[in-house]
Amino acid sequence: MTQLTFARAINSGLRKSLENDPKVVLMGEDIGTLGGVFRVTDGLQKDFGKHRVIDTPLAESGIVGTAVGLAYRGYRPVVEIQFDGFVYSAFDQIVSQLAKMHYRTRGAVKMPITIRIPFGGGIGSPEHHSESPEAYFAHTAGLRVITPASPQDAHTMIQQAISCDDPVIFFEPKRRYHDKGEVDESLDPNSAPPMGQARVVTDGRDVTLVAYGPLVKTARDAATAAADEGVSVEVIDLRSLAPVDFATVEASVRKTGRLVITHEAGQSGGLGAEVAASITERCFYHLEAAPVRITGFDVPYPYSKLEMHHLPSLDRILDGVDRALGRPNSLSGLEG
Amino acid sequence: MVTDDAGQGGTTAGRDNKTGHQGGAGHNLVQLITPAGERVSHPEYDPWVRDVSDEQLCSLYEDLVVVRRIDQEATALQRQGELGLWPPLLGQEASQVGSVRSLRDDDFIFPSYRENGVAYCRGVDLTDILRVWRGNASGGWDPYTVNMAIPQIVIGAQTLHATGYAMGIQNDGADSAAIVYFGDGATSKGDVNEAMVFAASYQVPLVFFCQNNHWAISEPVRLQSHTHLAERGTGFGMPSMRVDGNDVLAVMAATRVALDRARRGGGPTFIEAVTYRMGPHTTADDPTRYRDANELEDWAAKDPIGRVHALLDRKGLFTEEFESSVRTKADSVARELRAGCVGMPDPEPLDVFKHVYSTPNSWLDRQQDHYSRYLASFGDPAGAITEEGAR
Repeated sequence: MTQLTFARAINSGLRKSLENDPKVVLMGEDIGTLGGVFRVTDGLQKDFGKHRVIDTPLAESGIVGTAVGLAYRGYRPVVEIQFDGFVYSAFDQIVSQLAKMHYRTRGAVKMPITIRIPFGGGIGSPEHHSESPEAYFAHTAGLRVITPASPQDAHTMIQQAISCDDPVIFFEPKRRYHDKGEVDESLDPNSAPPMGQARVVTDGRDVTLVAYGPLVKTARDAATAAADEGVSVEVIDLRSLAPVDFATVEASVRKTGRLVITHEAGQSGGLGAEVAASITERCFYHLEAAPVRITGFDVPYPYSKLEMHHLPSLDRILDGVDRALGRPNSLSGLEG
Repeated sequence: MVTDDAGQGGTTAGRDNKTGHQGGAGHNLVQLITPAGERVSHPEYDPWVRDVSDEQLCSLYEDLVVVRRIDQEATALQRQGELGLWPPLLGQEASQVGSVRSLRDDDFIFPSYRENGVAYCRGVDLTDILRVWRGNASGGWDPYTVNMAIPQIVIGAQTLHATGYAMGIQNDGADSAAIVYFGDGATSKGDVNEAMVFAASYQVPLVFFCQNNHWAISEPVRLQSHTHLAERGTGFGMPSMRVDGNDVLAVMAATRVALDRARRGGGPTFIEAVTYRMGPHTTADDPTRYRDANELEDWAAKDPIGRVHALLDRKGLFTEEFESSVRTKADSVARELRAGCVGMPDPEPLDVFKHVYSTPNSWLDRQQDHYSRYLASFGDPAGAITEEGAR
């Protein structure tokens, strides 16, 4: 075990993939000499060369589109999009080209491409640097969407994503880049829990609290705080957003009877809606209350002096837990 | 009114030779066979087609005729309800045949949706060419069996794939090349411009083959560009050529120049093949709404097949026996195309779930399971109701 930051854990995972498979290439803006604006690719170009760690022109569609061509040629590209808000320029190449190529070629052409996207807010950035666009991609057939919440998962899941024969959108919670955690770098990604599997972070009896990416830490803190009041919260880290491991969530809700989902992305049409609907379909008669969503608002990501109002905080999540439990909460009197 | 000069621009015509490449050939139109079938000499390009024998010229003629016949037969199949849609290539036969016949088997092709003549010459199965247009698949063939990607519908998107593929060739240290087909309209797309940036920056072995057929559905090339399209390449630091796209020999020479440069590590080349879309954009289009009949007449006089016919005639090669053998070949290809089309089996209902992922997917597996049960609930699977009603 080694103490690694989240960013360093990804770096170490990328290094392993580069070592293990000569077809793996990294592509992106500023990922070479600079090591990426978050230093996630630090030192990799020096060790693997300019043909495997490729600095690209400033064109996101170009980066993803050429990655598709490299995959056509048998390569396994790992693309870095510098910030969440810049991925939209590549939307056609991701949604119409990358996602559909395997289907369009009736399985002849595989697209083992990983697209790394730092996402989410909480770092006081200007606009376009704090977004949570995961629902667009989770809604797109042909893509897998995953997001790690701990340095260990970051290290393992990036390797699993790269070795997956389907395209994977890999969201990195940027405000956790500097968080440290124990990482077992010798862990074989093949024997680790698969990237499509959700993880029960803390066991609980009273409420199931579903989170992913940057909010897993907040959810865990909320569970600790709730325990002080005698409320037992089971926190689930989804890890995979497409497909969602509903079986794990369902098993938890069958036990607790109550469901709270939290994410930074806006509420309407988001992952929370999908989880709430699917769990309601699957185990309606085990629910004691309506599912509760604690999410960002349906607004453009706000400027930094307002972002603390937009981002689900520990207290907002606890307020949601109270709603699920029918305890006094901010909306008491409005509901029912 | 848009004329033959569309896309030429008013200010650039006079200085082509200064901005051009190819040792001063500039962006003057390269032509080796005149519309009247006269073989004109061109000191720079002649060496690139010197090896083309009479026999090969006859073979190119056959390709042109067969490609046109495929196009006509497919258009007829659409009119008869056997195809949902067809994008005719009438008029562009020489651009397609001349370029694809310059390639090696290990070169890789990234086509748009109109390169069905390229597909035929590449050896794509005739039935596979029609698969997409009959609605039986999103892609007709396995790209790796013929080293040709499936047609791209999103304008220009394939230029980036070709560039990435060529980056791969370069990384592998191979001496093959990639070629990407696109049209005049595509030169306005961001992806095409990004592809040219990437290709020029990395100096990848790639040929940008632009068929300027003068029309992007109803929009004339003048709307896309105020310069020759070939100058787009020049702007990105790429050697560029402007060839008569209705001249199969000129197209072949230009493509060979570009491929040779690519194989020798000289980077990408831009070819503007000046041709004309004689038919509609697709069978769903009506060009009489936007196009002058006179323009069509002008271009009919520059027909790519007529001029090779005339050249062969001048050489005494266009014998009755030859003509009859070409006709027989075209007839038999057309018959095979039609038989393959009408004989194509419909896909199975559960094929709708196939190949979305190459690995198991819990969401999709569940939906497939539920839909299977739904279908099974009819007892007689043929009685299942589809969205359009019972079949």
